[in-house]
Amino acid sequence: MTATATPDTIDAGLPAGWEMVIGLEVHAELATATKMFSPAPNRFGGDPNTNVHPVCLGLPGTLPVVNGKAIELAIRIGLALNCTVQRCVFARKNYFYPDMPKDYQISQYEEALNVDGHLELPSGPVIGIERAHLEEDTGKSTHMGVSGRIHDAGYSLVDYNRAGVPLIEIVSRPDLRTPDQAREYVDELRSILVTIGASDGKMEEGSLRVDANVSVRPVGATELRTRCEIKNVNSLRSVGRAILYEARRHVTLYEAGERPIQETRHWDEEAGRTRAGRSKEEAEDYRYFPDPDLVPVDPSPEWIDEIRATLPPLPSQRRHALMDRGAPAAGAAIAVSRDLDGLALAAIEAGADAERVITHVANNLAVDRAESLSPAHFADLIRMESAGELTATQAKQVLADMVATGRPPGDIAAEKGFQAMDSSELETLVNGIIDANLDEWGRFCAGDDKARGKLQGFFTGQVMKATKGQADGKAVNALLMARLARDTA
Amino acid sequence: MAPEPDDPVLTRQDVAKVAKLALLDLSDEELDRFTPQLAAVLEHARDLQSFDLTGVPPTHHPFPLVNVFRPDEVELADDVREEALAAAPAVEDHQFRVPPVLGESA
Amino acid sequence: MTNPVTLPDGTPVTARAGLASAVEVAAAVRSGSTSATELLEAHLARIEAADGALHAFNHVTTERARADAAAVDAAVAAGQDPGPLAGVTVALKDNLCTRGVPTTCSSRILEGWTPPYDATVVERLRAAGAVVVGKTNLDEFAMGSSTENSAFGPTRNPHDPARVPGGSSGGSAAAVAAGLTAVALGSDTGGSIRQPAALCGVVGVKPTYGLVSRYGLVAFASSLDQIGPFAPTVADAALVLETIAGHDRRDSTSIPQPAPALSAQLGDGVEGLRIGIVSELSGQGIEGFEPEVLARLHEAADALTAAGAKLDTVSVPSAVAGLSAYYMIAPAEASSNLARYDGVRYGLRREGPNTAAMMAASRTAGFGPEVKRRIMLGTYALSAGYADAFYGRAQRIRTLMISEFARVYESFDLLLCPTSPCVAFEFGAKADPLTMYLNDVCTIPSNLTGQPAISVPFGTDATGLPVGVQVMAPLLGEAAMFRAAAALEGSR
Repeated sequence: MTATATPDTIDAGLPAGWEMVIGLEVHAELATATKMFSPAPNRFGGDPNTNVHPVCLGLPGTLPVVNGKAIELAIRIGLALNCTVQRCVFARKNYFYPDMPKDYQISQYEEALNVDGHLELPSGPVIGIERAHLEEDTGKSTHMGVSGRIHDAGYSLVDYNRAGVPLIEIVSRPDLRTPDQAREYVDELRSILVTIGASDGKMEEGSLRVDANVSVRPVGATELRTRCEIKNVNSLRSVGRAILYEARRHVTLYEAGERPIQETRHWDEEAGRTRAGRSKEEAEDYRYFPDPDLVPVDPSPEWIDEIRATLPPLPSQRRHALMDRGAPAAGAAIAVSRDLDGLALAAIEAGADAERVITHVANNLAVDRAESLSPAHFADLIRMESAGELTATQAKQVLADMVATGRPPGDIAAEKGFQAMDSSELETLVNGIIDANLDEWGRFCAGDDKARGKLQGFFTGQVMKATKGQADGKAVNALLMARLARDTA
Repeated sequence: MAPEPDDPVLTRQDVAKVAKLALLDLSDEELDRFTPQLAAVLEHARDLQSFDLTGVPPTHHPFPLVNVFRPDEVELADDVREEALAAAPAVEDHQFRVPPVLGESA
Repeated sequence: MTNPVTLPDGTPVTARAGLASAVEVAAAVRSGSTSATELLEAHLARIEAADGALHAFNHVTTERARADAAAVDAAVAAGQDPGPLAGVTVALKDNLCTRGVPTTCSSRILEGWTPPYDATVVERLRAAGAVVVGKTNLDEFAMGSSTENSAFGPTRNPHDPARVPGGSSGGSAAAVAAGLTAVALGSDTGGSIRQPAALCGVVGVKPTYGLVSRYGLVAFASSLDQIGPFAPTVADAALVLETIAGHDRRDSTSIPQPAPALSAQLGDGVEGLRIGIVSELSGQGIEGFEPEVLARLHEAADALTAAGAKLDTVSVPSAVAGLSAYYMIAPAEASSNLARYDGVRYGLRREGPNTAAMMAASRTAGFGPEVKRRIMLGTYALSAGYADAFYGRAQRIRTLMISEFARVYESFDLLLCPTSPCVAFEFGAKADPLTMYLNDVCTIPSNLTGQPAISVPFGTDATGLPVGVQVMAPLLGEAAMFRAAAALEGSR
């Protein structure tokens, strides 16, 4: 499945005629109590080399044993991403690096646990997921030296607390077309992982990390051009910036008659640019082979069904539940992201107008206070507003009191003396104010848009003053416009 | 990818390249010595090519098992940190000290 | 005639007069008729007297052993049962991890390393009342067939110190043959228990892959390695295997079954068992089989026939290709297993200007030539462009062998062949690596197929050097295999 880019996003940031082709590799640490193959604790932080066990230190003679919970969480992720969950094996990826206690990483190569899925962005496009496989994290080196930079380090210190933490690597197809989509993808993926309890999704603690594969091509072309892999993209903000920088770099090269070379580049957040990694004399040869210390994972259909039955509603399902009941897509996405979609849905089910519900949920409710709000009272409030018994401004005030006191909206409105102003009553009031300010009204009628805007504010202000702020601003504007039309006809 | 019967099985350059991949520094004398020794083993291994393996899958485990899992329960081994650090050639601030790392993690 | 290593009184160390079997020792200690301490001191005295000449041990754990023996004796005195191996002395191949005791793999790169944990087999032996006397010499990282590849110097064959004890578990084989310990453990990746057992004249067992936990065995080739016992008798080997076998949750490849009962069936005989002599592994079409080795094999076949078994010859064509498959698969796995020796966390370090240079310098200084050869061979067999032709084809040959053996086992209960094509050879006789590798032809098939095999001493050549015959069985066929081994032993 391929995302259809809309014209206004294609050109965001690139010279006309070019489009970006973006695929993301997202690594997420799984929310297990222990590591992938070792019974050492999986926890962030801690004094160096305290979350260790002979197995994750790779001591001679130790053997890995798969954490069953990690498999279960990975299957949850696969199902949430609409993947095929299949028999898989662990393979060794061989390369020397001091962060890796065994000097190979246990990963999955030819046979991954989850393949061929997709994820729907809140804005609509469906992004293909090539695979979501399990692997173990590396430890961390701290580079000690004058500048703290890797090339002039005096030496490095290695901490294996993170070594062996279970990771899922989620590889998208190159279906993303803009930096905004890429950010939206990461945000949606994070939301899915958190919703299903598979990961805490904390980018700031490194439990969610993003590598971006970026290339560009002329709009309308279908070929995939040379891509660069951008590493070290550690915040949602830098995802967009790094991709945009890299895509522009490619376009500049092509337009100068050159071409990018396939390489791994690193995002330098401070400098706002990507840099080529150390050029390697020859391509890496990881010599993957099935890990003989581990046996295949072959989840039964029954186990997969059991896990599927425990999945909570996913963000896309929750958005669609609101949209199916008339909520606008953007508002539904906000309601879900604020975790207030349950309240919104209950209010709509109780008969409240979907758009008004979403407006309040998206704009007027503090998430941490909203749980005290009764859906039935909320629906009553929307009904009163829809019936014209409360203006939008009044409804907002009543809602705030409802959240604070838990009382029904009718009681609060009565106590505050809110009552719907009859529309003929309001028209009389507006006409009276115009008649008392005929100079201004004349200038209003004769003025350009700018002048008219200022004077409109003046008249609305007078009406509000007269009604102690209880008039419906929209209704006042409508009356002003109607009178304008008559007076200038 | 199967080597043809007339190919030189293994050259000195091959051995040098493999040694580099395995992080072994071989002297010229060692390269001279190891090349014919390894070539002889590979030459002998040509009999692998004489079997018809059409449709034969590989065997990675001689005793087939699947789905071997452990519970997600922490086991803390006693004093592992101290013993592990005590065994290390160089330590600083409870971490393993190494010379500067060139390049980036793959 | 051979010129065995002797004790100060002139007795050959290989003469077992006065040495009780493990079965007898355990019974005597449990009943209180002998003390573990007394038995231990006898072995320590033999070690003191003979190990200077043999170099079977890298490390003798005298004080720990004395404490353990005293604990066994105290338990008996307190009316408790110390376990089925009460007071039985055990030597451990120095690639088995022992908490607080150096574990070197006879490599410079691990010299001085002390594991912070015990291998599962070590825990089980100690829980059964065994007394660990020390760590035995081996070819570096178990790569070799003569113990000549030890970084600390070779072990000598007790029957003739000018000859190798076999390998890679040569130290364990020699220690048992010389009575320096009642029993020992080794590891067998391509014959490393059975071949030295044959060359030293003791019993050696390679169990079904997965029967004994590998947790704590420093890996050579993970899909081939198995731990097994050396013992002077088949009954002793059975007793030790019963103790160390059985499921271990720390090894993913451990078979989820309890240890098999072997001792109780040892005397059941071979009446009616169908036993095949594998022609390809008995000199048919392969050079290098010594006539006296083949003569002992045929005498063994006759002995089994006389005991009621039905003997016949059988062909397993792919068995010969096992050698090539093995010398791709084992080095490939080893190249990855031995990557962790990089100077960062433990063992030897040679400094360098950056981490990669430090790692390369450490590995270059720490590994001996045979280990380097195998790491390079395995790296090559896995590298881009060659992995399919070498590693990949080897793993598919393995499948072919497994199916051929499965077909053969439809008609036979057990298979028979020599353990080694030759008796113990002189130091330096097989200096060319390939010549040394070819020596493993009879033992390798069992490792590739995962099937169990046992080497039983069966006479000597004309000069008095031991000859071993090998009984092979299908997966988990240990019970019948031990019965045949006991029958062979009893026929002498």
